[in-house]
Amino acid sequence: MNWADQILQGVLLGAYYALIACGLSFLFGVMRIINLAHGSIAVLAAYLVLSATERWGISPFVALLLVLPVMAAAGWLLQRTVFERSLRSGPLTPILSTFGLAVVIDNLLFQKFGADSQSLAPNIGDFAFNSWTIFGGVRIGQLSLLTLVVAVALLGGLQLFLTHTPLGRSIRATAEDADTAELVGIDARKVYAAATAIALVTVAIAGAFLAMRATVSPYTGSSQLLFAFEAVVIGGAGSLWGTLIGGIVLGVAQNIGSQINPQGFLIGGHLVFLAVLGARLLIVSRA
Amino acid sequence: MSLLSVENLDARHGLLQAVRGVSFSIAEGEILALVGANGAGKTTLLRAIAGAHPASAGRVLFDGNDVTTLRANRRVHLGVTLVPEGRRLFAGMTVEENLSVAGAHGRSGPWNLARVLEAFPMLQPCLKRRSGDLSGGQQQATAIGRALMTNPRVLLLDEVSLGLSPVAVNQVYESLQAVISGGATIVLVEQDLSRALRIATRVACMLEGRIVLEGKASEMSRDRVTEAYFGLRRGDGGGSVA
Repeated sequence: MNWADQILQGVLLGAYYALIACGLSFLFGVMRIINLAHGSIAVLAAYLVLSATERWGISPFVALLLVLPVMAAAGWLLQRTVFERSLRSGPLTPILSTFGLAVVIDNLLFQKFGADSQSLAPNIGDFAFNSWTIFGGVRIGQLSLLTLVVAVALLGGLQLFLTHTPLGRSIRATAEDADTAELVGIDARKVYAAATAIALVTVAIAGAFLAMRATVSPYTGSSQLLFAFEAVVIGGAGSLWGTLIGGIVLGVAQNIGSQINPQGFLIGGHLVFLAVLGARLLIVSRA
Repeated sequence: MSLLSVENLDARHGLLQAVRGVSFSIAEGEILALVGANGAGKTTLLRAIAGAHPASAGRVLFDGNDVTTLRANRRVHLGVTLVPEGRRLFAGMTVEENLSVAGAHGRSGPWNLARVLEAFPMLQPCLKRRSGDLSGGQQQATAIGRALMTNPRVLLLDEVSLGLSPVAVNQVYESLQAVISGGATIVLVEQDLSRALRIATRVACMLEGRIVLEGKASEMSRDRVTEAYFGLRRGDGGGSVA
């Protein structure tokens, strides 16, 4: 029964990975940008939620609602000032510029908040630790379940948004062929800015959940980027439901790895990531 | 008064000058066929008019306004829409989505989904299918329908018949005839000389980036256009020589 519990915990952990990978996958799908500042932006959002919670004494969930529009505006600005200029200079420039952005964000956070780890867990009380026993001693954490629900709702909502709204269809058209999108009257620059704003909203949600379930420090971003990247690669870059599956596969692999060997948590995830990456490269090379 | 004017337009692909000092104008309701061999600069000229390729010199005037530096999407809002070579549909989207996404960003006017389906009845049964899965003729009809959904005042059609079977070409042109009968203003790039001469009110022949022969289609013989097409003779009588 321990295995069943580990797999279930892996699925729940995977939901968090899907949540943090959502924005990375969405941005790659629309703009073909690998945003290396993704993890750092999630940590920045976590600190914004932490600051709002402590400054105004409000619930982290209310603070998150306040932070979301700020992150959306930051996304719009990020596209117009960094991504748009970088994209004009070839495929390598966005990678370098987002790497630089990550360094800047990490160090600004360090300057402002210091090296101490912080968490939102104390601000949500028992909700951070409470769980239900569902069968045979297998427990399901309330916060973990909420993370899963939010991840599914966010990915499903995004899918519905892309399919059924005019802006969503414009984003899909621009993602397929930005030049042709302009030929039917779509302003690709505005669509990209809207897509980046949406991506940063999803990153902010992921950042808040990160700070609720764990601790964050200014340099936590790089590890979060790695998990998000692995989930995206496993699930298929640009595929929203693939991202959910990728996150869950990664979470389950890590938990199974830790069952096999106490040191195997990270190794288990990395091995699955490398296996999927190798298989994808093999398929591409044979095509 | 001309609706669209091109004045001394140059366009480049890197070091290669694809369009050299091209000038012409087109009045409302006219259909101008641009003919010429592969590499003559027709597609680049059309793309420069639509804003999809930058002009390196010269001007594009639409309804008296200089639109040379406007981006393609702004030109669509004014009424200049290109059906690009190779259709360039949003292959992962359905036919209906291809049409509606254009309708949402174009001008308001008489063209809507119902009217496009009336003009291109072949699209009716495949509205919910992915456009990438359609036949060449259906794809071309979708591409033209998509452009019409923006309610253009000038429709730029690039190689409508390219890669299509003769049956599909006939079907597309039959539907296009309904658009033409409605008084559309069109600049048409077409390899099929006979068809271009039949459909157009004026013909311009391009060679090495320049217009080398221009005149009324009714006054232009197929032989004269063919000679200009291959650079055998630089026109005489009837059409004007550039």
